[in-house]
Amino acid sequence: MNRLDQPRANSRTRWPSLLLAACVLSSPTAWAKLRVVTTTPDFAAIAAEIGGDRVEVTSLGKPTEDPHFIDARPSLILKLNRADVLVEGGAELEIGWLPPLMDSARNPRIQRGAPGNVYASEGIEMLEVPSVLDRSMGGVHPVGNPAFMTDPVNARIVAERLARVFGQLDSKASDSFNANLKRFSDKLAGKLIEWQNRLAPFKGSRIVAYHNSWPYFARRFGLQIDLFLEPKPGLPPTPTHLAQVMAKMKESGARVILVQPYLNRHTAESVARHTGAVVVDAAGFPGGVKGTEGDYCKFMDHLVNALADALGGKTPSTQQ
Amino acid sequence: MPLDMIMKLPHALGLSLAFGLGGLPVAAQDAGQISSVDQLQQQLQQLRQQFEETQRQQSAQIEALQRQIEALQAKPTVQAPAPSLPPTAPPLPAQPESPPSVALPEAAARTWTPSQPIPVVRSGQDYLNLSFKMLATAGLSTSTEVGEEIELGHHDPAGRGFTLQSAEIALDGAVDPYFRGFGNICMSVDPDGETHVDLGEVYLLTMALPANLQVKAGLFLAEFGRQNQQHAYQWDFVDQPIILDRLLGPHSLRDPGARLSWLVPTPFYTELMLGVFNGQGHSAFSFRSHDYDGTHGRTSLERELHGLGDLLYVPRLASSFDLSDTQTLVAGASGGFGPNNSGADADSQIYGLDLYWKWKPVSAEHGFPFLAWQTEGLYRRYDAGADPERDLPSEALKDWGFYSQIMWGFKRRWVAGLRGEWADGNAGAWDASDRFRGERIRFSPNLTYYPTAFSKIRLQYNLDDGDRFGTEHSVWLQGEFLLGTHGAHKF
Repeated sequence: MNRLDQPRANSRTRWPSLLLAACVLSSPTAWAKLRVVTTTPDFAAIAAEIGGDRVEVTSLGKPTEDPHFIDARPSLILKLNRADVLVEGGAELEIGWLPPLMDSARNPRIQRGAPGNVYASEGIEMLEVPSVLDRSMGGVHPVGNPAFMTDPVNARIVAERLARVFGQLDSKASDSFNANLKRFSDKLAGKLIEWQNRLAPFKGSRIVAYHNSWPYFARRFGLQIDLFLEPKPGLPPTPTHLAQVMAKMKESGARVILVQPYLNRHTAESVARHTGAVVVDAAGFPGGVKGTEGDYCKFMDHLVNALADALGGKTPSTQQ
Repeated sequence: MPLDMIMKLPHALGLSLAFGLGGLPVAAQDAGQISSVDQLQQQLQQLRQQFEETQRQQSAQIEALQRQIEALQAKPTVQAPAPSLPPTAPPLPAQPESPPSVALPEAAARTWTPSQPIPVVRSGQDYLNLSFKMLATAGLSTSTEVGEEIELGHHDPAGRGFTLQSAEIALDGAVDPYFRGFGNICMSVDPDGETHVDLGEVYLLTMALPANLQVKAGLFLAEFGRQNQQHAYQWDFVDQPIILDRLLGPHSLRDPGARLSWLVPTPFYTELMLGVFNGQGHSAFSFRSHDYDGTHGRTSLERELHGLGDLLYVPRLASSFDLSDTQTLVAGASGGFGPNNSGADADSQIYGLDLYWKWKPVSAEHGFPFLAWQTEGLYRRYDAGADPERDLPSEALKDWGFYSQIMWGFKRRWVAGLRGEWADGNAGAWDASDRFRGERIRFSPNLTYYPTAFSKIRLQYNLDDGDRFGTEHSVWLQGEFLLGTHGAHKF
């Protein structure tokens, strides 16, 4: 019958065009926005600065989440599957959860070595690279401390890298990426002077941190952040160790304790009570503290101001 | 510098060659011409010296330039951000520690000495990840037949006292841009002190197939439900759930085969998989296995593989939803269809449903606290053939059961768990001898302490009640360690 034949003929002609449409949709095209997936919100903030309205940025990790302990939820597989660019910190920051996601993502565009894979720690001068790998020392990262984004100069290196990668993948928008990079770099240059001036009076001050996430920040701003509540990286504080830390705090006059939102604030508070120190809620990422969402400079503003306020004897504005 | 040597080599060769060639005819001339030859030789010598001098100057200049480059590379981060975009990537630091931009109290101590490490990027320098894991249990039970009746899994505690459940060497890595490879070798020691070596899994996984497809091929754990895909050290309890022991087998459902998977383009995660396996041997327990446990008393027929119909097929559909920022749900349905060795036309069908729900607050400390609930329900129809010699009829053996477990990570490093299980089936002719059938109920509370991600200590109590043995109590203490690369956690 004609009525039956008609759809069959149609479906035969429709299949190739559907396939073609699928191919077009699955490959990045000049008119489509680049889908950028980052492991942590700091890279997402930089990617948004550089990509502007030409990219769509998603961070797998939430701002208040410990980047070492993100659950490899299947929904993240989907995000990676559809990404044109993946920005990962590398330096084993994501080793506990990203590899199985990448195995399942079936997306050659973002696998290691592909143009869409950005390994952000490449090109960064890593600090605290251990000479011997020995797990009795705690959770030491074998390629150096991965928290390098708290140094604005490193943020600029990552921004340059992203402008180049975005430009390669979307060459028509390459000028716009470079313009965004210039604007961001200029802003950062100005801000850096502002931040350095803000912290200049406290040069050499000794500061306590719950976890050793601050060597890059400390180096940039001339601070000494070398007392940690954790006895070894990744191990919870013990009473004996805390007693030693408190003794050293009294000795050196350290009176500020940095705690990220995903760490145990109660421990820090009890140390603060015994030593007369103040606890500063230091966001690990943009968005980790209210008002810093998706903006690297606001995030750094928060870190610098909260610390400067605390060091200057003011009650930190972020303290609850 | 070796480069300079190489550069000099052709020139030196050319010069001596020219000299040698020039010298041969000259040597044949009379002595009167020797003085002019000497002159020529001197001129050549001078030219050679001049040439070498120029080269020395040039290489000195190159060396000086290189030193300058190295010095610049050593402190790229010291300068304030330049407003303009450099044409190339910032070079990798060639020297270990650059002086900090501001004077630090211990700045002097930071200058590099030969005993300090050189910060070169080290990750990914090996072509494979290597790890070694050990899982062992010690325990007591009111049962004298722990390994024979109540703990039937190959990696379960084998009896009272100590059991080395598994010592495992695992390897994985990228084969090339198209494949990843995995392999693990499991060793265990039985109560007689014999070491058993099993090839756990060896497979490759495609990384670059089009249309969201992926193939896994080799020897691997079938993607049936949740726990069958896990190795013993990933289990939340000391032992394998009863219904998995019974239907998927003491060795888990693991066989040589291939699996095709498609990531379905839905707004939420959906994966459709089809595994195809030989379905033969002790790790294909409900299918063409060779022991009386597997064939429920029938003499194994040694059925050969004749065509596609004789293979074992394992389809699976899994979906996941993020219910909120803190809750995730994974639901799956699996099947296993293939012939069994109890009769010439006998086959088995297994159906399974699985559910996993996890809650974790947005700012969890080292992944704690969390609450996770996992349940699997399975049903099997085993069409057993007749065995006149052993007086067993042709019959349909139907088995079903479930386990449900809640894991509560109540405090950093600490996880408390509770598991409830029930398994039963219809009546069968060989039931009196069949330790893999009959009604069983088990409750298992446990407590696990994780000093780090590389070790754990677990205490578990089992209250066991079965048709065949009555009520039994067991207490198990389990320990685990891991050396080398820590495999990432699959959700």
